[in-house]
Amino acid sequence: MLRPRVIPVLLLKGRGLYKSVGFKNLTYVGDPINTLRIFCEKQVDEVVVLDVSATVDGRSPPLEILRDIAGECFMPLAYGGGIRSLDQVRDLLKLGVEKVVLNTIAFEEPQLVSRVADYAGSSSTVVAIDVRKKMLGGYEVYTRSGRQRTGLDPVAAAQTAEQLGAGEIVINSIDRDGSMQGYDIGLVEQVVRAVSVPVIACGGAGALADLGSAITAGAAAAAAGSMFVFQGRHRAVLISYPRPDEVDGLAKFGATV
Amino acid sequence: MIHIVDFGVGNLAAIRNMLGRMGFDSTISRDPAEIGRATKLILPGIGAFDEGMRNLRARGLVDLLGEMVMTRRVPLLGICLGMQLLGRGSDEGSEPGLGWIPMYFKRFEPDDERRLKSLHMGWNNVYHASNCALLSGYDRPPRFYFVHRYYAVCDEPSNVWGTTDYGAKFASVVGRGTIGGVQFHPEKSHKFGMQLLRNFAEAP
Repeated sequence: MLRPRVIPVLLLKGRGLYKSVGFKNLTYVGDPINTLRIFCEKQVDEVVVLDVSATVDGRSPPLEILRDIAGECFMPLAYGGGIRSLDQVRDLLKLGVEKVVLNTIAFEEPQLVSRVADYAGSSSTVVAIDVRKKMLGGYEVYTRSGRQRTGLDPVAAAQTAEQLGAGEIVINSIDRDGSMQGYDIGLVEQVVRAVSVPVIACGGAGALADLGSAITAGAAAAAAGSMFVFQGRHRAVLISYPRPDEVDGLAKFGATV
Repeated sequence: MIHIVDFGVGNLAAIRNMLGRMGFDSTISRDPAEIGRATKLILPGIGAFDEGMRNLRARGLVDLLGEMVMTRRVPLLGICLGMQLLGRGSDEGSEPGLGWIPMYFKRFEPDDERRLKSLHMGWNNVYHASNCALLSGYDRPPRFYFVHRYYAVCDEPSNVWGTTDYGAKFASVVGRGTIGGVQFHPEKSHKFGMQLLRNFAEAP
């Protein structure tokens, strides 16, 4: 049985982990090492750590803390944030990161996606696409933590990323981020139909049923932040993750091996 | 001492980290003289088949490893690309493999109806096909993290130690004598991977 992957996405800022709403209003979640240790104990499928201020602040990936984080990850670890060169990718892989997530640079310097894919293999090369709904219908891709418009359509952006060598696409709805109201399924479906590489749905998951609907829509993996770090109406911080049998249960929505 | 052979790209730190967490000493090494003293070998690796073989050759490791594994019977575990290099070749490239286990690697065919991509990525079960020590200590079929496009086809059923279903059943654990190979990443597979690496580390 190939389990669809369920992936916590954790936002790193300085030495803390945070969770956003609509890419804003960061709430402190906890110490990254402790938090990763808890997720590891819960046997998570995979984890994505994003330094959401690295690009905006013009910083490189924080290698020292990532080395400590990687030491706690007995599961695949993907990292994104501030990656602008192949040397940085080399450093990240060396310290124990499996996959690099390219976002702003994938649009500002698309050739880097190909160079990373040539070096690390396409299965280690992930392009994350942050998307907002347009006022008059349709979608637009944003970079720089949702601050910079690109004028690009997410479907075209995903196809370009695949052609450049991305082995996975994260499609992230800024509008749904932190809302816990469910994924933008229409957006996920559009992107899934347009590419042949695995698509990771992100933005809006609040319950197990949401994860199921992303997989039904064709996503290979369902990612979430708030759902795994908050509990209850008042968003108290509590690390959680579906039980192994709950994740197994998602298989019926996915591929037939 | 377990030596993790460094011949290019691969998440070597993760393997050493997991072994260390269980109290097993290991070292990451690219120096043939040092590798020659290993009592156990792990051949990791990610990336393309031909580049992997060329890197092994360029570092003077092909003959050395062959002598250690085939003559001195130093136990070796190949992981992911490291497993694929144990066979005689792969659809992915034109270089001959190490040829220690009679097997060849073919590419997965995508199957839209069943939603299978040519890249097998994610957690999947491994079923015992033999009583090998590598897969001992599990009370249920363990699950492991896979990332690969090419799968093993063994000439001899006796070399198939474990199988996984993806489109069809394929050999996800192979072995011959003291040589073992796993297509998945035990170092990224939680307690399931720990058990497997422990089995390897504790095997005589």
